[in-house]
Amino acid sequence: MSPGIGSWITLSSALFCIGLAGVMLRRNPLVILLSLEIMLNAGNLLLVAGSRYVGGNDGHVLALTVMAVAAAEVVVGLGLIVALARRGAPLDVDELRSLRG
Amino acid sequence: MGIVIFYLAGAAAIGSAIAVIVQRNPFLAALSLILHLGSLAALYLVLQGDFVAVAQLLVYAGAVMVMFLFVIAYLGDRADLDLRRGGIGAGAAAVAGLAIFIETVVAVSDSNSVLTSPAQVADSFGSPQTIGRLFLTDHLLAFEAISLILLVGAIAGVVLGAGDLLPKRPEGAPDEREPRGERYDLRRELQRREHEAESEVGA
Repeated sequence: MSPGIGSWITLSSALFCIGLAGVMLRRNPLVILLSLEIMLNAGNLLLVAGSRYVGGNDGHVLALTVMAVAAAEVVVGLGLIVALARRGAPLDVDELRSLRG
Repeated sequence: MGIVIFYLAGAAAIGSAIAVIVQRNPFLAALSLILHLGSLAALYLVLQGDFVAVAQLLVYAGAVMVMFLFVIAYLGDRADLDLRRGGIGAGAAAVAGLAIFIETVVAVSDSNSVLTSPAQVADSFGSPQTIGRLFLTDHLLAFEAISLILLVGAIAGVVLGAGDLLPKRPEGAPDEREPRGERYDLRRELQRREHEAESEVGA
């Protein structure tokens, strides 16, 4: 016994919106990255659920692809944060407005 | 059974996701995210996505979150900024999030008769063998693209982590930036520090 796909869509959408609110509310880039992970995982959950209900493994393949992309994204994001911290910049995305030079 | 785990793990996922975004301490936020990823892995198991569930635990809860925790530990109390946007930003975030969620709920409640039960699948559904075969046949392009993305990510991690490799502005290049009042300016701050260091050496 398993819930209909509507329940999965609702759960995934709730998680996505929580992540979206986190990205828009928080100013600490670390927490923004964490919220991005929540959004990506909400998408993954929907992919796997769709795969199960339609019957086919393509959703799983796409979910694994998203995981790899998310890992690369985290590497770049954390690298940027560490580079900023080394230069003594504040960890606050509202203050980090100048990207030149 | 499946429906019980769905509600338990779904509630855990939502609760820990909310904990991530309201938590002041980034370390505790990262730990909440690990709980979130774990409950998602349980949900994948309900959906017979065995391989995805294991990959979720290994790649996300294992590798990615360890990297997060290392960076948070490296930054120490500098990461510990309790910063929220107030006013317009918070309102826009709430409206955007709620709008998407309500739209989805309405769309779902309109289509209750679609896909109410899972498809009939073979035992090999979601097994590593099946997914590996798909990756090497139908989705070979995605497979190769992943390898490129991970390579670029690794290079970016090294370049950004070893700050000395970043290109520097040439000596004596004109600074075309207009001064911007009281706002924090990274370049000016760096110049000030260099100047201080030089004057210390001179003294």
